Amino acid sequence: MISVSGLLGQTFAILLALLLAPLLSGWVGQCRAWLQSRSAPPLLLPYYMLHKLFHKDVVLANGASSLFRAAPFVIFGCMVLACAIIPSLSTDLPLAPAADALALVGVFGLARIFISLAAMDVGTSFGSLGGRREMLVGFLAEPALLMVIFTLALTAQSTSVATIVETMARRDFVIYPSLAFAGIAFTFVSLAENARVPVDNPATHLELTMIHEAMILEYSGRHLALIEWAASLKMYAYSCLGLALFFPWGIAAGDSFAALVAAIPLLLFKLAIGGFLLAVIETINAKMRIFRAPEFLGTAFLLAVLGLLVRLLLESRV
Amino acid sequence: MNVAIPFSAQLINLFASVILLLGFAMLAQRRVLQLINLFALQGLTLCLSTVVAAVTTGQSHLYWSAALTLVLKAILLPWILHRLVRRLQVKGEVESLINIPTTMLVGIGLVIIAFNVALPISQLSHTITRGTLGIALATVMLAFLMMITRQKAITQVVGFLAMENGLFLAATSATYGMPMVVELGIALDVLVGVIILGVFFFQIRDQFDSLDIRHMERLKDS
Repeated sequence: MISVSGLLGQTFAILLALLLAPLLSGWVGQCRAWLQSRSAPPLLLPYYMLHKLFHKDVVLANGASSLFRAAPFVIFGCMVLACAIIPSLSTDLPLAPAADALALVGVFGLARIFISLAAMDVGTSFGSLGGRREMLVGFLAEPALLMVIFTLALTAQSTSVATIVETMARRDFVIYPSLAFAGIAFTFVSLAENARVPVDNPATHLELTMIHEAMILEYSGRHLALIEWAASLKMYAYSCLGLALFFPWGIAAGDSFAALVAAIPLLLFKLAIGGFLLAVIETINAKMRIFRAPEFLGTAFLLAVLGLLVRLLLESRV
Repeated sequence: MNVAIPFSAQLINLFASVILLLGFAMLAQRRVLQLINLFALQGLTLCLSTVVAAVTTGQSHLYWSAALTLVLKAILLPWILHRLVRRLQVKGEVESLINIPTTMLVGIGLVIIAFNVALPISQLSHTITRGTLGIALATVMLAFLMMITRQKAITQVVGFLAMENGLFLAATSATYGMPMVVELGIALDVLVGVIILGVFFFQIRDQFDSLDIRHMERLKDS
């Protein structure tokens, strides 16, 4: 049973994600520059980058297999699907039954496997180094993310993202310690998954420390453009997921068009605040040694498990 | 669904969770001074949760407990420990016997055990704070774990004090606190204990040039 307004909202959410994601990256970059008292790059820089890259020719390494060429499209597709499932504007999404919250983690995992395989495909030492590091970070981040989702799913009695968000938005204001734990754990996981500062530095090509950049060194032209776009879509997806789960106010619940339109400025406002906070986190923290990353993600897992346990102990009567 | 929890109980649950979190933070902390600061913070949170319980239930002796906690555990004991660390010139890093991620995993296991043990007990209690009994038990066990896994004498004392925090939380959550005389007695015991242990530290260091308690194993061999 797919309503017209549902389809409209779904299409609109995907388009908005595609358009807004580079802007969010640009905004975070600008905030970082301000906070570090550098002169800021233009807000639209990611769009210029994408435009430039799409007009350049692709240079393929010798021995690159078809996997190497297919990976950018798979990754981009995964991220678009993720953005489509996450209720950023309204919870009435026809695509939502396609994947619940657990499958959403799987979609992110699929993208991670493809980018790591593609990085190892060419056979450069940097590629395989980056791929292995990415898998290390991923296998530690995934259980923490799953624990966060379990905590929320216990409250909502469902693993569907849309249902969770609806439950969260409709309940009365009650202090839930478990939600605070889950929120902090989710922030940690998002930082690690999106290659942000305490784990990885997105703005560096320093060989010893890079994770994400090491994997995409061999890419050029439209392949690189798709991967960059997918990276900003991933950040957008994680931001929207965090905002929807922990600050769900203002997301349109039913299929009313007016509520959908009203949700847009609120989403922009929340994303702007979130991006600024991300820049603050990146400014006040130093990048960790790569061997400290397991400890960082272990803390995230610990917090998520504590959230789950506290939820079972203190809030089970609710 | 939606049997509303009163706001004060929410606050107490929140503070109890923070105490548990600080217990884990102490377990993970590598630096001695930071560890003492975390202990002071735990004392402060304990004081706040006791004040909320006092306001809600109108039990006036809980105010005294809260004030005692604030003065003793958030101000006086951290100050004494800070002074000791400075006078003893303890080096910054704390060595633990097992590495920290493993300690954390063991800690999670302990929390699960504590919650399971506490659940049937807290069903018997009728106080608004009964839910936090499991957290209190978990805090005690985490402090135990800290005493077991650390080598330096100072960290063991902090673990001992954190355990007392957990016991205090258990007393408040299960029965709205112990009688005033008992509480005063315990407070005095803890204070005197820390002072005596401080003297011990100097003796241990004079004897072994270190605060590492493994040196004391040699005592029985000779």
